[in-house]
Amino acid sequence: MKKGIIIKNLTKIFLINNNSKIVAVDNVNLEVEPGEFVTLLGPSGCGKTTLLRMVAGFETLTDGEIYIGEENVASLTPDKRDTAMVFQNYALFPHMNVYDNIAYGLKIQKVSKPEIKRRVQKILDLMKMNDFSNRVPSQMSGGQQQRVSLARALVMEPGVLLFDEPLSNLDAKLRIHMREEIRKIQKEVGITSLYVTHDQSEAMGLSDKIVIMKDGVIQQIGSPREVYQKPENAFVAAFIGKANTISGTVLAKDGKTYTIDIDGKPHVISSKKEYEVGREVEMIIRPESIIVGKEGYHTEVVKSIFMGENHEYEVRWKGQVLQISEPNPYSKRTYEVGEEMSIDFDETALHMI
Amino acid sequence: MASKKAHKDRNMRDLRIGSNIAIMRKVLLDPILFGTILLVLAIVTMFIVFPIANILKESFIYKGAISLHHYTEIFRLSYNKEIILNTFKLGITVSILSTIIGFGFAYASAYVKVKYKKLMNAIAILPIISPPFVISLSAILLFGRVGLISKGLFGIQNANIYGFRGLVLVQVLTFFPVAFLVMVGLLQQIDPSVEEAARDLGASRWKVFTTITVPLMAPGIANAGLLVFIQSVADFGNPMVIGGNFTTMAVQIYMQGIGSLDMSGATALAILLLLVSVSAFIVQKFYLGKKSYITVTGKVSRQRELIEEKNIVQPLSFLILLTSSFVGLMYILIPIGAFVKIWGVNNTFTLDHFKYVISIGIKPIVDTTSLALIATPITGILSMVIAFLLIRRKFIGKAYLDFTTMLSIAIPGTVVGLGYVLTYNKAPLILTGTGTILIIAFVMRSMPVGIRSGMASLQQIDPSIEEAASVLGASSKKVFTSITLPMIKPAFFSGLVYAFSRSMTLVSTIIFLVSAKYSLLTVTTMSQIDQGRIGVASVYSTILIVIVGSIILLMKFALSKMGVSADEIEL
Ligand SMILES: Nc1ncnc2c1ncn2[C@@H]1O[C@H](COP(=O)(O)OP(=O)(O)OP(=O)(O)O)[C@@H](O)[C@H]1O
Ligand SMILES: [Mg+2]
Repeated sequence: MKKGIIIKNLTKIFLINNNSKIVAVDNVNLEVEPGEFVTLLGPSGCGKTTLLRMVAGFETLTDGEIYIGEENVASLTPDKRDTAMVFQNYALFPHMNVYDNIAYGLKIQKVSKPEIKRRVQKILDLMKMNDFSNRVPSQMSGGQQQRVSLARALVMEPGVLLFDEPLSNLDAKLRIHMREEIRKIQKEVGITSLYVTHDQSEAMGLSDKIVIMKDGVIQQIGSPREVYQKPENAFVAAFIGKANTISGTVLAKDGKTYTIDIDGKPHVISSKKEYEVGREVEMIIRPESIIVGKEGYHTEVVKSIFMGENHEYEVRWKGQVLQISEPNPYSKRTYEVGEEMSIDFDETALHMI
Repeated sequence: MASKKAHKDRNMRDLRIGSNIAIMRKVLLDPILFGTILLVLAIVTMFIVFPIANILKESFIYKGAISLHHYTEIFRLSYNKEIILNTFKLGITVSILSTIIGFGFAYASAYVKVKYKKLMNAIAILPIISPPFVISLSAILLFGRVGLISKGLFGIQNANIYGFRGLVLVQVLTFFPVAFLVMVGLLQQIDPSVEEAARDLGASRWKVFTTITVPLMAPGIANAGLLVFIQSVADFGNPMVIGGNFTTMAVQIYMQGIGSLDMSGATALAILLLLVSVSAFIVQKFYLGKKSYITVTGKVSRQRELIEEKNIVQPLSFLILLTSSFVGLMYILIPIGAFVKIWGVNNTFTLDHFKYVISIGIKPIVDTTSLALIATPITGILSMVIAFLLIRRKFIGKAYLDFTTMLSIAIPGTVVGLGYVLTYNKAPLILTGTGTILIIAFVMRSMPVGIRSGMASLQQIDPSIEEAASVLGASSKKVFTSITLPMIKPAFFSGLVYAFSRSMTLVSTIIFLVSAKYSLLTVTTMSQIDQGRIGVASVYSTILIVIVGSIILLMKFALSKMGVSADEIEL
């Protein structure tokens, strides 16, 4: 039975040597719908693992509540919680073969032998791992071991599936392959998943919803599109992809539509937030949303690199450097360093923070 | 096809011969290296291989002819059969009990938030710095006829600690630290996430323990058990002091060889004992050594969350405190016993025993300390040289050197003692009765461990540093003294500390070799216990422990002045 997760005012403080303390998770509120795939994303040390381990039951809560389904799990040990976890280093039982690894949890639950066999078989089919059932972990590659680890968690049909950077020990190619595999299987089984990573492309590729954290505090919760296009703050913008921050002044306001003066030229931008007329505002624009060659602003090229699928520039404009990425460079003119380039901003992509 | 393969084989063989020649040439070109190798091979042959070979030879000779007489004699006499049975019974019992207690300690140390970790480590070091029969001595003080607990607490008259049960008690208390140290290292290497995964899949703590932790540790547990077994069957001091009528093979070899002056009769028993401990060692080293799951789980990803549940922490803490204080008590009793008039009968303070010791002469104290001080640097240097040769140089005879020095860890001391007596009491080399043979015994008994720890630390040093030095024109000797030696300094100095304490406390081998000219502390102490002078024996033991302890502290102090931190020197 897939279950939702509700996290309320969750805080975790680690005491170190009884005098200094680390606030690893700081007053976090989060809801995961049943069947949803949610990713915790953030730089190293921001508290992702700690949050995940509190949901699993490996860390005690300093403050707050966690519900899995209807149940408040704060006082339950990990074995009593309806979760299953996939670990970064696979954590397979080295003294058991693949079959016994996958069957372990079912045996603990005292499921009947034929039923265990049926369910393990089903998972092995799903993961296309039938040929491996007699192998022991030391005879398998990292990718294969991680599939077993996933199978071992899935076979429990847990209410919630937890992942702690499951792909970070794999090489780049395999990582992308496994990412798609996980997404496919998750959709097929429809299981609620909470996934920790610090790789933004992984988060984008997998998630229904991304939770961006910094220093134990949630910065933004939203779909991949939302966090990319409408970042709440400069940290989120910079953490998900590349971003330019530019400033302007509010000239006029009409409902949610604003006219913004950027270096003497008006731009019409819509925003959900409230800004007063005359106020200075900051805006985010992605490198690919700066239009090259359109008459707007004059800049000087300081860096020019051909990357194949796009052409990357850095240009000096008004004492700041803008990053520009021009897609499909094949049919377009190339600017060299020192040349003048005129640019304009795609108004639909300008986002006020 | 076949001829092609033969051709290939021949090519391979030519290559091998070629490379052997190349090795030879390289070695011959460096006279110091060549000389060192020859010397080391000669030492090992003379003092490890040759004595054992002599025992083997003697065991098959009866009245000048080749015969199985000595062996059939063992199995003919029911007395001998009983001794063999005793040895196994003791070894197995002690090994099982020590492993259980050792595992409890190790688990508590690695998994549970208990307070007494320092205490546990201290208890584990005590057996290393004290003579092997100390616990027997204090067991007599506690549980003997006039023992503190037996008579004092329970009023039992004529309690009998001598025999199987007493021996099991003292051996377990002496050897469980070995099991503890082996297993705590392995437990720390288990990746905590493996156990967390099991917990996450619904296993209770107890289920995780029985289905994950114990199976993962199985090879390590067997390993610890075998190590204890080897030490138990080779133990001479404790069975000698407290065995009573319960005789073991190690004791019988001495009794028959020296007591009844029937050396050749003892040889067959010695060979049998050797077979037992060497085969246990081989199983431990080559079978279990490879069968470790722990290496499979790989690097430990994060620190283990120590168990804090009161219902686990409290009983375990209690048991550990109880065991540790019991062991501690046993050691504290010795110096107390040294100041008591007649233990259990007249418990008044006295300095009589000390006066007695001084009146009969402090010769054993001086002899033992000076011989051990001579042996210590020899052991240290020889161990490091051999370790260096084994890790860094190729030469003919290397496998032989490696194998013999390793196997000699498992050779019981009494067997070595018998071998030395057999081999070095006649021309051309008469060494028995001399200080030389005692020093040799000290060196050969502590060297194998020194070699292994030297090898372990050398393996962690990148050979390219040494290669760089030799490319720059340094000779073998120069590379060793200027590059290698400084880098293995910590291992070298802990080797010294080990060699000294081991030499001071050695009993089994040297009891065959002592003479009127040299008397040694351990042997003197044992004969005092034998004569019932418990107070005097306590004085000697106390002095011995004080000397070993203070020399260790002194060495650590001197070394810290020389820039080796005390933490780097471990026992
Ligand atoms: N058991 C612990 N004791 C003390 N501090 C801890 C403990 N576990 C984590 N921390 C601290 O809490 C903070 C958050 O750690 P956490 O492991 O959750 O980070 P993370 O986001 O998962 O980072 P990474 O991407 O490197 O895995 C860090 O500052 C870390 O040092
Ligand atoms: Mg983490």
